Amino acid sequence: MNSQDQPAPRTGAGRAPDVFRRGGWVPMREYRDDEAVDFAIVGAGAGGATVACKLAEAGFSVVVLEAGPFWRPLEDFASDEESQQQLYWLDERLTSGADPIALGGNNSGWGVGGSTVHFSMISLRLRPEWLRARSLLGYGVDWPISYAELAPYYEEAEHALAIAGPLRYPWGPPHRRYPYREHEMNAAGLVLARGAERLNVPWSAVPLATVSAPRGKSPPCVYRGFCNFGCSTNAKQSALVVWIPRALRAGAEVRDLAMAGRIELDAQGLASGVHYRRADAWRFQRARNVVVAGYAIETPRLLLNSACARFPQGLANRSGLVGTHLTTHAGPGVWARFDEEIRWNKGPPNMAVCEHWNYTDAGKDFAGGYAFMSQGPLPRAWAQLVATARGLWGAALREAMLDYNHMSGLVAVAETEPRNCNRVTLAEERDRYGLPIAHVAFSYSDNDRRMQAHATRFMRRMLEAAGGRATWTSDDTSHILGTCRMGSDPDASVVDADGRSWDVRNLWICDGSLFPTCGGVNPSLTIQALACRIGARIPALAARGEL
Amino acid sequence: MKPRYPGYQVLAKWNSPSFDDSTRAVLARRLGQVPPRRFLTEAEWALLEAVNRRLLPQPERSEPIPITPWIDAMLHEDRGEGYRRPDMPPLRQAWRLGLAALDDEARRQHGQGFAALDGAAQDALLQTLADNRVLSPQWQAVHAQRFFVHLLLKTAAGIYYAHPAAWDEIGFGGPASPRGYVRLGFGQRDPWEAREAP
Repeated sequence: MNSQDQPAPRTGAGRAPDVFRRGGWVPMREYRDDEAVDFAIVGAGAGGATVACKLAEAGFSVVVLEAGPFWRPLEDFASDEESQQQLYWLDERLTSGADPIALGGNNSGWGVGGSTVHFSMISLRLRPEWLRARSLLGYGVDWPISYAELAPYYEEAEHALAIAGPLRYPWGPPHRRYPYREHEMNAAGLVLARGAERLNVPWSAVPLATVSAPRGKSPPCVYRGFCNFGCSTNAKQSALVVWIPRALRAGAEVRDLAMAGRIELDAQGLASGVHYRRADAWRFQRARNVVVAGYAIETPRLLLNSACARFPQGLANRSGLVGTHLTTHAGPGVWARFDEEIRWNKGPPNMAVCEHWNYTDAGKDFAGGYAFMSQGPLPRAWAQLVATARGLWGAALREAMLDYNHMSGLVAVAETEPRNCNRVTLAEERDRYGLPIAHVAFSYSDNDRRMQAHATRFMRRMLEAAGGRATWTSDDTSHILGTCRMGSDPDASVVDADGRSWDVRNLWICDGSLFPTCGGVNPSLTIQALACRIGARIPALAARGEL
Repeated sequence: MKPRYPGYQVLAKWNSPSFDDSTRAVLARRLGQVPPRRFLTEAEWALLEAVNRRLLPQPERSEPIPITPWIDAMLHEDRGEGYRRPDMPPLRQAWRLGLAALDDEARRQHGQGFAALDGAAQDALLQTLADNRVLSPQWQAVHAQRFFVHLLLKTAAGIYYAHPAAWDEIGFGGPASPRGYVRLGFGQRDPWEAREAP
């Protein structure tokens, strides 16, 4: 690691970076390590930042520990794919199984805001029936909450993020209008639209978390297209610019470059705080409650790394389920050349969506569903895909890359089944903090493979119907979910419907690890809705004396 | 290769609203501060340079886009992608073992080191790695096909297409902050975008 990879912490001395001003600061309340705060929250992404905001606004004392840096987008984010690899979790992990998942930049964030800093801003709701997948659709497991219980929090998240979406979204139950109008569709999205119309299936503009008109200090999106490498204008409504400033105003403290290593239990078996490493020293933050929000690899890793005499298998793991039932979204892709100029780098990378196979059950040879979206990879990522998926190199690679402005493609977000064998465990190898690293094992089920074959066939038909020539395919995955699933049975889940551990009652989980099944859409809106719900449930429990 | 976007230069926009200070700083480093050799041995560097000349041949350029120096910098900083398969050695070791195996493979197939082969023989040898049809027992330590595809090729392609000269070549708009784009539809082009040769 060089000095560039080890920036100094920015928060402290009563202030935190102002994300809206170069070199700017905002005041921040601070707590001593030995002052037991109401909530120590590990992770400042979609789950952690959101619940931190909600709990601070409810009047609780909150300290957030984030392993990565606290960015100021206006000064820290170049329009450059290579240098913006700084947004990813790049500490080593092992990946194995019959279908090893690419980690790193594929599905992780590092820094305040977590992966919402570089996500594609796709903000879709789960299909209501998926929350009762086992009972209604015959696969996976049921969630411990209903869609009706989650719906108000979807609405809260959509309004907090000022989602820019269509007047009427064609799938799912009717809900309140999106707060901002939809963005003008780019040519890559119009390819999907044209293909969908020719195949006679619905399509839609993607509801996006980037504003289509000014909002506070966020200017409207200028369609620069570097969304997956950080938004340098703050049009993107990431957790960094939405929940974190609110949390700070409400009195939360955020500690950047603070890596949690172990959760400590007291003599009663309750969490008493978090050991964390910051500025080359191990420290211990005392807390009355601990929330783990490190996403579906770091969350189980921290619980497993917190094994102690009372819980030798790790915390919250009496069921033996911590780390298991990992799901991802398979991302089969189909690509084609078009006679017209597409110039797919312009605008957000995924502007049009088809959820037909999420909401249609007849005529499928698989359980579950998938959405697919139009695409807009930038040259570095595109070249790496062309090289690895097509095996092109030398003059053939340079020749194929010349078609960049004429390419279009569709990539699926395809559900995978929750299975015990797909899991996060600890490796022997240790990281720079001396902590055992995560080992992720993943293999597709037969059902998963049938779904991907279906998606590939359908997307190829659509691209060809839209006028695409010389199609070819690729494989990928995105998102990691489900490794600490919630449920209503302590023997079959890690936490209850409020994200509360069955075993350690003041230990909570609030991130994508909670998902019992992953659905066929991007998870960030659901993670934020769940965090809003947990952030409302905790004050309600406290008011009843049940905390 | 006939230029697809003749005369187009992303860097001509350096002082335009398509560039901001953070982007200028990053690109100034990429263009002006090509790193020296710090990790690889001289022999490893020469071998990797020969490989990169086949992966991304640039016969038309008097100053080729540098690839090897950035791989050396990545290894010097031990900065990988953040994951690997359990049977692959850690980053630095994987590159070192892979390069040694590649040279051994050349000696077994052709009786001389990789750098001494002509271009056609080098290409043929690299294709045996891509197809995992290899002879050297040294590949037991690092899987030949994975070394070729996921380390050599993916890394070189990423570095090449992170360079402004490559953006000129494929007509990519390049940096776009704060101005972004206005015209998004089929066949629409902002005046600050590349014009394709008819």
